[in-house]
Amino acid sequence: MSTRKARPINGATGPWEIVIGMEVHAQVASNAKLFSGASTKFGAEPNANVSLVDAAMPGMLPVINRVAVEQAVRTGLGLKAQINLSSVFDRKNYFYPDLPAGYQISQYKQPIVGEGELVIDLEGGDSVHVGIERLHLEQDAGKSLHDQHPDYTYVDLNRAGVALMEIVSKPDMRSAEEAAGFLHKLRSILRYLGTCDGNMEEGSMRADVNVSVRRPGEALGTRCEIKNVNSVRFVGQAVEYEARRQVDVIEAGGTIRQETRLFDARLGETRPMRSKEEAHDYRYFPDPDLMPLVLDQARVDEIAATLPELPDEKKTRFIASGLSAYDAGVLVAERETADYFEEMIATGAEAKASANWLINEYFGRLNREGLTLADAPVSARANSQIVQMVTSNLISGKIAKDVLDIVWHERDADPMVVVEARGLRQVNDEGAIITAIEAVIAANPQKVEELKAKPKLAGWFVGQVMKQTGGKANPQSVNAILKKRLDISDEG
Amino acid sequence: MVQPADPAKFTLTDARDAIRAKSISSRELTEACIGAIGAARSLNAFVTETPERAMEGAAEADARIAKGSARPLEGLPLAIKDLFCTKGVRTTAGSRMLDNFVPTYESTVTQNIWDAGAVLLGKTNMDEFAMGSSNETSFFGPVINPWRARGRNEDLVPGGSSGGSAASVAGDLCLAATGTDTGGSIRQPAAVTGTVGIKPTYGRCSRWGIIAFASSLDQAGPMTKTVADAALMLQVMAGHDPKDSTSVDIPVPDYSAGLEGSIKGLRVGIPKEYRIDGAPPEIDTLWAKGASWLKSQGAEIVDVSLPHTKYALPVYYIVAPAEASSNLARYDGVRFGHRTESPRDLLELYEKSRAEGFGREVKRRIIIGTYVLSSGYYDAYYVRAQKLRTLIAQDFTRAFEACDVLLTPSTPSAAFAVNSKTADPVSMYLNDVFTVTVNLAGLPGLSVPAGLSSEGLPLGLQVIGKAFDEATVLKAGRAIERAADFKHDVSRWWSTR
Repeated sequence: MSTRKARPINGATGPWEIVIGMEVHAQVASNAKLFSGASTKFGAEPNANVSLVDAAMPGMLPVINRVAVEQAVRTGLGLKAQINLSSVFDRKNYFYPDLPAGYQISQYKQPIVGEGELVIDLEGGDSVHVGIERLHLEQDAGKSLHDQHPDYTYVDLNRAGVALMEIVSKPDMRSAEEAAGFLHKLRSILRYLGTCDGNMEEGSMRADVNVSVRRPGEALGTRCEIKNVNSVRFVGQAVEYEARRQVDVIEAGGTIRQETRLFDARLGETRPMRSKEEAHDYRYFPDPDLMPLVLDQARVDEIAATLPELPDEKKTRFIASGLSAYDAGVLVAERETADYFEEMIATGAEAKASANWLINEYFGRLNREGLTLADAPVSARANSQIVQMVTSNLISGKIAKDVLDIVWHERDADPMVVVEARGLRQVNDEGAIITAIEAVIAANPQKVEELKAKPKLAGWFVGQVMKQTGGKANPQSVNAILKKRLDISDEG
Repeated sequence: MVQPADPAKFTLTDARDAIRAKSISSRELTEACIGAIGAARSLNAFVTETPERAMEGAAEADARIAKGSARPLEGLPLAIKDLFCTKGVRTTAGSRMLDNFVPTYESTVTQNIWDAGAVLLGKTNMDEFAMGSSNETSFFGPVINPWRARGRNEDLVPGGSSGGSAASVAGDLCLAATGTDTGGSIRQPAAVTGTVGIKPTYGRCSRWGIIAFASSLDQAGPMTKTVADAALMLQVMAGHDPKDSTSVDIPVPDYSAGLEGSIKGLRVGIPKEYRIDGAPPEIDTLWAKGASWLKSQGAEIVDVSLPHTKYALPVYYIVAPAEASSNLARYDGVRFGHRTESPRDLLELYEKSRAEGFGREVKRRIIIGTYVLSSGYYDAYYVRAQKLRTLIAQDFTRAFEACDVLLTPSTPSAAFAVNSKTADPVSMYLNDVFTVTVNLAGLPGLSVPAGLSSEGLPLGLQVIGKAFDEATVLKAGRAIERAADFKHDVSRWWSTR
């Protein structure tokens, strides 16, 4: 099942295997925080979204947000994981100004979700299965702002108490590509499920990456944890750099110290985080303000019944409908893309042709214009019509691009109407094509002579005929009739 | 109904009836209490007095009474332990840390009380963060017990941590008060001040807005002059609160209704482990007397065993400090409360704010609690304590197969002299030996005054009930009260001080 290509690092003394595990903090999509009713809206004024509970005022008590719990269950189901019907919230105690209560409510020994699995898709259609160790719910901390005043640190508690899912993988990844693939796939699944918006720029997803190296087949090496890596690309870069660094240290006779490191995206390197004054002892214990979180199997089943089709299943279905694994992979990576593609199919376009059109033509155009599918000007229905017109020989592929260009700029234009109004219909009528061919032959007697020695000139004739018809002639027909008329053999 | 010459000496129930009969107004009751409080400053029972608010409340109550729309506690002046957050009224928890803290919110229990029409006289003194059994750990100084030993004028403690509430009730400074009880903080002061105090079942009263000491043990309850008053007040305080996840959503029965009912056939368990070496013999004597009073009213006395009782104090002094060490982490000088002057850096801000803001006993318990939760000690202390806590709770479950309530002494001794135990924390902790078991098991426990010591000081008996069976506990307590005929009259020696 796992069709993994070994990608060892080659050190001076031989090959090294990279071992990677990841802890991803994903903000639960929920209007309210994990234990308070305060809003989770991004971008509010500092300390605008802070309830008495979030500020840990004396006598305040946490009350679990049921939506956040259901989102965690939903995510667990999406990761094909064990849902624990009873789980416990613990307090993780430490002092920091952006942690108002002096403890974070988290799940330590009994998380809400146990072991699951995620399949990473690699370039070239390979896939790797990565184990999920657990998923638990916890509160986010606030933010210390050190750059607002020369002498003071300011604290913004808007994020304090926001619900996070900490998703922990098993140390099953073996390359930077796999690590990046894991985060990419996890983000995709969360977005399909609607349990996290996956917005990494806003901090909705952050990854801590554990990296170690070992000689192939040997016991695990000492790992370093790279904190808060906030993009798929950075995960790959951080792993590359860190693994190489570790190999260099070991090969130079040094040893790896277990430590927390920071990824500097600007320099593309990792470095140790400012060492803490002393090692933390978090003094975890069950939060006495909260009863164990008990779930009802019937409710879990109900949630399971509402899960959407996830990328893996969707990909399988797309492949079955005639797409290549690569195309299917591209289309399912984002739920919006898959939905867009499926709407094209639903409105009558053929699958393979739609995939080709989207991937080769439309996405390229989006990239050039720096747009995403959501803010692009052409609807799935319009693209579907264009593809259908090509498939049914109503327009040529070349004209299709012109039609797209027109629809792109004239937002509400109907592609069918555009084709009719501007006379862009493909000319399939043999008589009309023969007339055009005769005209070209009559105008170029020299070329006709040359053609006898150089059969490759046939392409020049096709081009001339297309020009003559304003690009509207059906190129296949032109080809066939030309060949017959000028008596060109196929070997030409 | 008895109408005392001094309205402050009314019981809560009598005052309610008098108000409804319009034989006295809320204004008269409230003025009498404000006067009594003013004359009793030497008892140091209040941290904050709110006479203006009280008079406004009384005026509103009188208006409602005139309109015939009196609520259950309409116009009745009460004192509130300074652990309940009161909106716009300074709430200190007896600590320097919160000397300047004015909540913007009202605790659910006090809100229930104001919604029932009661009048706030002020906030009562207490052991700092409810940690203490003598009210001597308060940043605002000790509270003095209105009771004195016969023929002596030595200052005695009122018990703790709800010492200010107990003294206010015993000294007739208010009609009733609220307390909180984590290991005996309602029942022990009630016992040594000759008042009634009930700690309800864990989950019966909301903890929302009550400054937390040990979350799995804390519970609010009334401190009153009579059992009937306790029933009346608990009725108002109790109830489910969605803002407290540990509050329980089951109906609150009418506690006053069955109070005078017969206890014929009630099975009263006497746990043998509560007979402890070194306790004054008068404690055992009173206990036996209590059993005979109940028996003579038709109860059946049964011997029961609670074999894990001896572990209760050690378990309590692991669990409570562990939770407290975490609960009190929020007092860091960052957002509210005491903050040290000009700290050099963040660490010093924390260290000095907390060193200055907390008193010795609070620091002691934070250190104990931090220790028992630390890695390497957690299993040996916290985990084992939790297992023992389960066994202690199981003891009660088993005992309640053979009986309906348990009868025990409330405290191992009567009130002791101020400063006599402060040097030895363990001897102080022993005051709660009969009460902590009840918190660990989450059960309701009532202390009712039952007699006087050889020195003429009040002693209480404790009735422990099944979970959420406060009604039976109150009924048994009322039976003891009836038989004991305790005179809770104290001379107002303090007003001449």
